[in-house]
Amino acid sequence: MTTPTQSPATALASVASARSQGVWRAAWARYRRDRVGMTCLAIVALYLGLILAVAAGWVAADWQAEKGLSYAPPHFVGAAAKAAGPSAAASTAQAPMVDLSDVDPLAPRYAEWAARAAQLQTTEAPRQATLPFGADRLGRDVLDKAIQGSQVSIQVGVLGALFATLIGTVLGAFSGFFGGKVGDALEWLYNVFTSIPSILLIFAFAAVTGRGVGSVVLILGLTGWTGIYRLVRAEFMKHAVREYVRSAEAIGASVWSRMFRHILPNASHVVLVQLSIHVVSFIKYEVILSYLGLGVSVDQVSWGTMLAEAQSELILGHWWQLVAATGFMAVFVTAFSLMTDALRDALDPKLRGLE
Amino acid sequence: MFAYLIRRLWQMVPTLLGVVLLVFFLFKAFGGDPAEILGGLNATSQQIEQIREQLGLNRPVWEQLGIFLKQIVSFDWGRSWATQEAVSSLFASRLPATLTVMVPILILDALLAIPFALAVAAVRGSLTDRAIMVVTTVALSISFLVYVIVGQWLFAFQLGWFPVQGWTASFWTNLTTYAPLPILLAVMVGVSPQTRLYRSFFLDEIGQDYVRTARAKGLTERAILLKHVLRNALIPILTNIGVQLPGIFVGSFLIEVFFSIPGIGREVLLAVNRSDYPVIQAVTIYLAMITMLVNLLTDLLYKLVDPRVVLK
Repeated sequence: MTTPTQSPATALASVASARSQGVWRAAWARYRRDRVGMTCLAIVALYLGLILAVAAGWVAADWQAEKGLSYAPPHFVGAAAKAAGPSAAASTAQAPMVDLSDVDPLAPRYAEWAARAAQLQTTEAPRQATLPFGADRLGRDVLDKAIQGSQVSIQVGVLGALFATLIGTVLGAFSGFFGGKVGDALEWLYNVFTSIPSILLIFAFAAVTGRGVGSVVLILGLTGWTGIYRLVRAEFMKHAVREYVRSAEAIGASVWSRMFRHILPNASHVVLVQLSIHVVSFIKYEVILSYLGLGVSVDQVSWGTMLAEAQSELILGHWWQLVAATGFMAVFVTAFSLMTDALRDALDPKLRGLE
Repeated sequence: MFAYLIRRLWQMVPTLLGVVLLVFFLFKAFGGDPAEILGGLNATSQQIEQIREQLGLNRPVWEQLGIFLKQIVSFDWGRSWATQEAVSSLFASRLPATLTVMVPILILDALLAIPFALAVAAVRGSLTDRAIMVVTTVALSISFLVYVIVGQWLFAFQLGWFPVQGWTASFWTNLTTYAPLPILLAVMVGVSPQTRLYRSFFLDEIGQDYVRTARAKGLTERAILLKHVLRNALIPILTNIGVQLPGIFVGSFLIEVFFSIPGIGREVLLAVNRSDYPVIQAVTIYLAMITMLVNLLTDLLYKLVDPRVVLK
């Protein structure tokens, strides 16, 4: 952290305590006092641990295995009553059987096929009547799906937000630091991107890129950088004329060093808070994009694809997939939002209590 | 005033040009080959070549950009690749459905969120205030999609208060029968973030000096909030509504798809899924124009709300 020129008061303070606290350490000390913030940090860390475990293949690796019966209910609900089964079978049995073997062209080969089928060993995998949190239409474990889906959704949110933040920060830094022609050009770009309603812009990008995690990250990053750009630009404009930057210039610091070694750390709290705000909003976008069929590809599971399946399941009375996806998402997003609030309070005490 | 308008309109030209270039090169560089999309899977190479010739795809990029610009200016985009419907008639036939749903949502959102936010701001710091903030945080963390799925299931399927979905040619039937459920769900979801936002606007104003002065001269808290704070907070609130305003022309994609409402949003999504480029390009460019005009209108409204604002 670069220290701006010290005012007499801070100079005195630093004399009193041999070495003044760094900004990050002070922020951490403030953050640690926030009990809600610490709880949320723990929850977010838990999710990140879960994601790493999924990525390493320790948890929910076999989420595509069909472990249970179709729509097997959760353990605590108990196995579904089989009232409808026998009566349906009885009604089909009553239909008169007509011998078609004289007209059926395939009839001569039935015996041959039966013999060949007998040579092959098929093992009927035992399907459970109930699973910890139920099963979907194919009998896949909903809990495994939700865990696997968390990995995909959070991955999209975090990577997309990182990408958007990178674009926004770099462009904002150039625009704010140089101003003039460069600033005008970048402002023009900003105006172009913001004059198109964001969801429409996302769709236009989605129309030309494919499906899949990579595309969603790309789309969200390329369309979502504008807010960060604006804030970072304002910070750089403010800092570029400050004394510490001029001093750095006087001792021969290069443009690059002034921008990214001197100013950026002083604007990094804005960047960090924006990054986490965007993680939350991108996770929500991913859910909607996946529902609309523009999100992750069909062989992947995310909270969005789970909710898309849940729509028709709910009408049939199978609520567990909806609850699982919603629960996993709500806990993470709430914890992450509250963590962001606490982070903002810790990094910028002036803002405390405004919202 | 007149000079201001002229200058603002003039300033839109480069931005609009940027939008046109963005859309043109986005589809040119990353989109698939239009001739192959149009020709379908069974097209012979000769047919594809023919389509190329017809669309001018064999000409240099600058000429193609010229064709593109001419389409924009003349409002003639030809026909949709997928449905053969004229793209220009698309807006006329889809916009009414979108507006039937979106205008009530925008109005109800504002009418509900402003009093809620004022009420919460009036009891700021109390247990009620904090409880409402916690509830809205949790409510916001659940995807809009979940509310729509559960809302349709509960209100239409279980309780039978509304039809599950549908749309007719009659505006009145749509507004009274089919639109209420989507509107209700969108407002239920929209009010909570708006309340949070407007509350912070009110709190900003409550901290100002003029409020202290008003208290010092003995005004009631009610008069302070309704007369002084509300009026001053209208400026950021108006900005926020202005930001949302262009959205009513796009519609909520999710709601239109979910409830099968034949609006612009659903049309764009269908176009995206069918790689129907003319429709996507036309909608994107015209909506960008509308957005810019609405932003200008919002700026003019400031002047009306706050006489101190100088338009320059």
